[in-house]
Amino acid sequence: MDAEVVIRFENVRKAFGKKVVLDGLSLDVHRGETLCVMGPSGTGKSVTLRHIIGLLQPDSGRVLVEGQDMRTIPRKDLIALRKRMGYLWQDGALVNWLSAGENVALPLRENTTLEDAEIRRRVQERLELVHLPDVYDKMPPELSGGMRKRVSLARALVTDPEIVLYDEPNTGLDPEISMSINLLIRELARKLNITSVVVTHLVSCIRVVANRVVLLDAGSIVLDAPPEEFVASEHPRVKRFLRPPHD
Amino acid sequence: MKRILASLLEFVRLTGEQVELFVQVLLRLHHTWKRRALIGDQLYVGGIKVLHVVLLVSFSMGMVVSLQTGIELSRIGQQDQIGLIVAVSMAREMGPFITATILAAAVGSALAAELGTMAVSEELSALEVLSVDRTSYLVLPRLFALAVLCPTLTVLGDTVGIVGGGLVARSQLGVGLELYFDSAIDALQTPGVLIPIPKDVYIGLLKSFVFGIVIAIVSCSAGMRTSGGALGVGNATRAAVRDSIILVIILNYFMTWAFYQQN
Repeated sequence: MDAEVVIRFENVRKAFGKKVVLDGLSLDVHRGETLCVMGPSGTGKSVTLRHIIGLLQPDSGRVLVEGQDMRTIPRKDLIALRKRMGYLWQDGALVNWLSAGENVALPLRENTTLEDAEIRRRVQERLELVHLPDVYDKMPPELSGGMRKRVSLARALVTDPEIVLYDEPNTGLDPEISMSINLLIRELARKLNITSVVVTHLVSCIRVVANRVVLLDAGSIVLDAPPEEFVASEHPRVKRFLRPPHD
Repeated sequence: MKRILASLLEFVRLTGEQVELFVQVLLRLHHTWKRRALIGDQLYVGGIKVLHVVLLVSFSMGMVVSLQTGIELSRIGQQDQIGLIVAVSMAREMGPFITATILAAAVGSALAAELGTMAVSEELSALEVLSVDRTSYLVLPRLFALAVLCPTLTVLGDTVGIVGGGLVARSQLGVGLELYFDSAIDALQTPGVLIPIPKDVYIGLLKSFVFGIVIAIVSCSAGMRTSGGALGVGNATRAAVRDSIILVIILNYFMTWAFYQQN
């Protein structure tokens, strides 16, 4: 149903120089749904996320988020929309001169009038949610790659977003932490009815978090299916991606 | 011809970006109090850490000016004018220029590298997505700090430069310190038209103020448009220092022309 569509790509084309990254992509994401985007490197998965958050604009076609065209949305409305969204960056993208806790606190300090004690309480709560209760005062260089990513996740969640975009949430994490992140994404989606778009390479991730999986290749969707169906698919491109031949 | 045209267009585009960034900062001047902690950090990084360099270079430049002019003035028996020449040249030109050059090299480069690294590691995009006003959060504190630091360091540099010149005048040229400093102070007595402080001093400080803003805007702009990993950060840093110094030289000439053309 159209009313439930939160994110819509309508025949989106995006090229960087001569390289076409998205080639007529059409896609709907519904409220409360967790959509996983898979695909080989360089097929436009992260570019898809950046269109949703308004960091990139399509060359042609439209990207609608909550019914608003991301190309024509006024700056003020874009800022208001982004405040309802969270984004987990592939490498964390933490501000280096702020402690882990202050990184998480940043959107609250910049965009709300909350008291310091309340900000600290919320930040601590989110850090505990990502299993990092003792890192508030640690600086980013003191954290491992996985910890930085989890701090970034805490920052994405601290404003209680309605839409969360995850760019490779498991990369660089050990299997145990990776699974805990997967479970967290699922829990958030279920408890808070968060709409999520997850870019991932891992079947283990889609098995836990996804309601739907799409495989992107050459800038368009090869297969759009529920996770069980996706994993069992006999589509040659999907098979080659999930179970590449050894020689 | 095509390449020249492309370079010209690129120059116009960059200048436009820098002017726009400056206007954006002006529109956020009311955020200054909110950003006081960040401004304090920038004042420390930009001020305390380069203070000794400014003092050392200014001191030695004062000594050199004193020695070079003193030798020539001694030949015509005018060595009592050494104080005047050192004071005027430090206050009008040497002080602001030396300070601006050191700030461009030491602070502007660091600033471009810092913002450039943020750009290539997607921290700038992350701030944008978090709805953090990057101009207010990143550029305003740096610009404010450099606009304050440059004149402050210039005053200190002028002072030690004149003192350095005095020491050389006394030890190498046999000019008494009292005579030297009387001459220097007399030289800086010409009152300003609008401001009740000596004209040479306030024009020097005005130049420094403008140079501080130019260095901040050029360096922030270079840093924030960085792309292409470590190589891009290197290029941004080089461009920040090069463009800052070129602009300081050009503006210095036009400001000198504007204020002293009728003298």
